[in-house]
Amino acid sequence: MPDLNQVASVDEVGVNERVARFCSRSIKKDSKVEALKMVLSMIDLTTLEGQDTPGKVRQLCQKALHLHDAVPGLPHVAAVCVYPTMVGVARRALGDNDIGVASVATAFPSGMAPRQIKLEETRIAVAEGADEIDMVISRGAFLQGEYGFVFDEIAAIKEACGEAHLKVILETGELGTLDRVRRASVLAMHAGADFIKTSTGKIQRAARMPVTLVMLQAIRDYFYETGRMVGMKPAGGISNAKLAVHYLVMLRETLGSAWMTREWFRFGASSLANDVLMQIQKQATGVYQSADYFSKD
Amino acid sequence: MHNSPNSLAFNDGWQYAPAPESTDHISLEKQFDLFIGGKFVAPEEGRYFETINPATEEQIASVGLATQTDVDRAVKAARKAFAGPWSKMKAAERGKYIYRIARMLQERSREFAVIESLDGGKPIRESRDIDIPLAAAHFFYYAGWADKLEYAFPGRNVAALGVAGQIIPWNFPLLMAAWKIAPALACGNTVVLKPAESTPLTALKLAEIVQEAGLPPGVVNIVTGAGETGAAIVNHADVDKVAFTGSTEVGRIIQRALAGTSKKYTLELGGKAANIIFADAAIDQAVEGIVNGIFFNQGHVCCAGSRLFVQESAVDEVVRKLKDRMETLIIGDPLDKNTDIGAINSAGQLETIESYLSLGREEGAEMYQSSCAVPERGYWCRPTIFTGVSQSNRIVQEEIFGPVLAIQTFRTLEEGLSKANNTPYGLSGGVWTDKGAKIFKMTQKLRAGVVWANTFNKFDPTSPFGGYKESGVGREGGLHGLDAYLKLEAR
Repeated sequence: MPDLNQVASVDEVGVNERVARFCSRSIKKDSKVEALKMVLSMIDLTTLEGQDTPGKVRQLCQKALHLHDAVPGLPHVAAVCVYPTMVGVARRALGDNDIGVASVATAFPSGMAPRQIKLEETRIAVAEGADEIDMVISRGAFLQGEYGFVFDEIAAIKEACGEAHLKVILETGELGTLDRVRRASVLAMHAGADFIKTSTGKIQRAARMPVTLVMLQAIRDYFYETGRMVGMKPAGGISNAKLAVHYLVMLRETLGSAWMTREWFRFGASSLANDVLMQIQKQATGVYQSADYFSKD
Repeated sequence: MHNSPNSLAFNDGWQYAPAPESTDHISLEKQFDLFIGGKFVAPEEGRYFETINPATEEQIASVGLATQTDVDRAVKAARKAFAGPWSKMKAAERGKYIYRIARMLQERSREFAVIESLDGGKPIRESRDIDIPLAAAHFFYYAGWADKLEYAFPGRNVAALGVAGQIIPWNFPLLMAAWKIAPALACGNTVVLKPAESTPLTALKLAEIVQEAGLPPGVVNIVTGAGETGAAIVNHADVDKVAFTGSTEVGRIIQRALAGTSKKYTLELGGKAANIIFADAAIDQAVEGIVNGIFFNQGHVCCAGSRLFVQESAVDEVVRKLKDRMETLIIGDPLDKNTDIGAINSAGQLETIESYLSLGREEGAEMYQSSCAVPERGYWCRPTIFTGVSQSNRIVQEEIFGPVLAIQTFRTLEEGLSKANNTPYGLSGGVWTDKGAKIFKMTQKLRAGVVWANTFNKFDPTSPFGGYKESGVGREGGLHGLDAYLKLEAR
């Protein structure tokens, strides 16, 4: 386990200033279209509601495969993200396409369940066909300073994932400070996370650029140290194309070109795709279409 | 790119398309006259000089060359305005004029930003987000002081000095004009200002604003020219105060010329600031501070953090991160909104910088430059760092005034402090640490006029600015900046 006392401190004022610089980049014309398509290809199209039905999940999968066929040459999204009970439905709906099925697990979103239950839930989701598991960390334990407990839990879930990729949700909105975000990132990566992810999307403070920057910098430091690339997934709160492009600017200027694919960066979002589609249409035609021209689910 | 394993790549993949700021909203005459007594008038001898765009080497406009006779005309106009309307006007009225300048500058900020970048080579992001807004802020700030001077100096009578001769540099042309003109006017003086010969345009555009704002003729006069014009201002017998910002070399000449006269003066000269990073600092933010400290405005900043001191246990991490960060800096067209580093201000300055780059290598230091491409025409210098340098190297001792950083290490706080203070300059400094106690200890003992903690190159009109030792005499900005433009007498 890493010594979290050795993790560099974070100055929030400086982080916010850096983020402001990313947001002042002017992304126009070809580079904008390229960015928008990249955003689409990085989306984990998500539905995580208590009222989800197999029908809704099948619709989501259709959308994942056919974002907006009226415009040729669009990529498909990276994955669909559902609850474990919907993994089988999604798997069947997606067939052999290379769109992943991601499942939240480990008593998402609170994580308040005994470890055996979390491990069992993970195994079931993988057995049902999940390619990716989005787990939540035990925030209570982390905030209490029980880093060993959190580390062991992540490592155990990673093992239970088998071949499936593990995304570790830090739920940064509950961690309180950027220093803790950085420490949690380091802990998760050392415990075996393939991706680190900001949020469940189930609480008010979801992904924000400053938080994501701190996590990207932690990924960079871990890469410097070990040579292992870890992916990043901001989730929740990224609902418009402009903001998503700012995230790509931040990614490009922090981790460089190697991370600029769906293999290493994802957006967890439900409504982002349609805004991006609208922007792509606008770049092509010069006018905005009504939202009704894009399918909601 | 560095050769260590696990390196990041920034130069391939998705790139930003050019995003140039448009220039069709500005109007620039082909030729500018001198601004004397509220009017644009031709120089007496009819000579003009060219100002060029350092990013393209193309001529932008020709500008009047003011001789001794022209300076004399300007000083006479300023004297007349001082004796006439300006010193008799109610202070609150004076304030209104300054507020008006501030507002008009704000309204025309986009135009001023573009002209500043065209004439001086600085990135539009900086002229748009820093230079022009700060210049307006200075006018706003000092406008407020105009009718409150007695409260600034309780128990003393305040009186204007008279005619202020002001000479400003090319690195922040409009901002420096604002730093000089705003407090002078607020205190009831009239001015003769000379912008630098390579960047006269925004000062001349400011003259248009002064005219439109309806200031009494002669309150602000702007004469353009090089060193001789400046000397004529400094040596003019009817000038009561000299304010100069520029090189220490010229500052010395001015101080010598003023010895034995009753002229009051402020000199804001060179610097070689220490930016000191402790191992416990927030390193990623400190790296941003290094970049902002030395690459801001192509390093053409008197308070630039040009000497970096890193606590030895953190130096590998800092240098590695700095190199990666440098790879993401975009150098090129100053008018492109994504440009981080613009053009070097003039051919002469580029030559100076390049001579220091050769000198550094000759001295045995290791030079690293980012790998970015630079345009073929124009004056450019890639962001540069030197490692393996020591206190006795000239690149550590002398002001380069370019995007060139010299990196050294230190072990203890005392060593860092002693190295930081071991310089003839003392304009600014920076301290980066997570420990408040260390910040206090360092800031109290650093012999520099401005010290930033966990940030760098932050400016505000309310804050005084000025140097120790060879970095100058007097303070500008804030309440201290008023002192330089007033006679203070016991009541």
